Amino acid sequence: MHIVDGVLAMPVLLGSAGLALVGVGLGLRGLDETTIARTGLLTAAFFSISLLHIPLGPTSTHLLLTGLMGLLLGWAVFPAICVALLLQALLFGYGGLTVLGANTLNLALPALLVGLGGRALLARLPRAASSWALLSLGAAVGALAFIGSALLVAGALAASGEGFWAAARLALLAQLPVAVLEAVVTAAALRLLWTVRPELLVAPASAV
Amino acid sequence: MNDCGAVVCWPDARIRLCCTLAFAVLVVGLERWSALLVALLSGGLLVAWAGVAVRRLLRLLLLFEGGLLLTLALLPFTVPGKVLWQGGAITLTEQGALLTGMIAVRATAVALVSLALLSGLGVSRFAAALRALRVPLALVELVLLSARYLDVLEREQRRLRVAMRARAFRPRTDFHTLSSYGFLIGMILVRALERAERVSAAMRCRGYAGRMPLPELAPLRAADLGFAIGFALLLGALVVLGHG
Repeated sequence: MHIVDGVLAMPVLLGSAGLALVGVGLGLRGLDETTIARTGLLTAAFFSISLLHIPLGPTSTHLLLTGLMGLLLGWAVFPAICVALLLQALLFGYGGLTVLGANTLNLALPALLVGLGGRALLARLPRAASSWALLSLGAAVGALAFIGSALLVAGALAASGEGFWAAARLALLAQLPVAVLEAVVTAAALRLLWTVRPELLVAPASAV
Repeated sequence: MNDCGAVVCWPDARIRLCCTLAFAVLVVGLERWSALLVALLSGGLLVAWAGVAVRRLLRLLLLFEGGLLLTLALLPFTVPGKVLWQGGAITLTEQGALLTGMIAVRATAVALVSLALLSGLGVSRFAAALRALRVPLALVELVLLSARYLDVLEREQRRLRVAMRARAFRPRTDFHTLSSYGFLIGMILVRALERAERVSAAMRCRGYAGRMPLPELAPLRAADLGFAIGFALLLGALVVLGHG
């Protein structure tokens, strides 16, 4: 779910960098001295969570949980993901500077849409909602954000060259089990947040 | 967080950042093998010059190339072109193999240069360079805050996982493992948010007004400009090799 340098064609690179810039700019507008610590710590928390290895059959995988990020951060998910990718480039020397915009857009846009939609649904959910309603909402948030990102990655690849499309389609299929993991883990995490600190989830997203 | 992890401390952080960016943008557009190989070689030489520890370099390269292998593994078989090898429904094409090699070389060259020039920088000098290059203030503050608390939150995560192990949790591929990880992640988020409230209050108590103090970057010296000029010559050579 992470495009490396040198794959994408120039128009795709520039287009997605432009869109990512708009998203990051809009996300930064909502940040001030009182909310920046929260955004920074959530960025760090999600970064450390993404390093967690989850066993998957004989191998293991790691989670992105961008849906949950969008739910908690709202528009700030754009700068948060951009910063996480920058830190990855800085701490691990993975490069990825030219695809920073594309990777930010691919991860943050589905996260934002799913997050805003999820917030709207959560606000309507009665406090004593059955856990099934909450769990299915969480699963949908986790799976949709992940699948959205996978589709955007595949689209960016397909737009860069015809040879990439077949490879991207196979990669999409390979990602499906991870989407299931994302859904289950997001649902469980959301249920815990709803039980322990429901006020974090029902405050208007603009206050984030 | 040390200021200068690599042996070599100059050039200046701003120069390093600009050179890395220029190199990356140029290299991802290269299509000729001669230019690509020179780019890869100069990446290797820069890493040697920066004094990145060999074990660290090998570990990072192994991880990086492993990830690259995963993303590019299918490409040689899906690009249409002259058939090199055929086995059942699978065909390896010349164009596919060349394109895959090209992407791998580009990505590796960029990773090597960013490893050489950026990873020894340390977060605070990196942030100071971003600020000097007019990156929006709030984004720089986010870089600083999240880098500063990454370590803290990781230790918190380790504590929670030790607590899980102490209660005989063993990760497997099943529903129980996934929901347990979900609760772990929810708990990490709750703790991060509670810590954020305390951190935010403490920051405001001390008069935080949207700017954290950062090391002052020294004005550019002749040696820094020399590095920039040398690097520009390298980029010029790549342009000539790539398009000449």
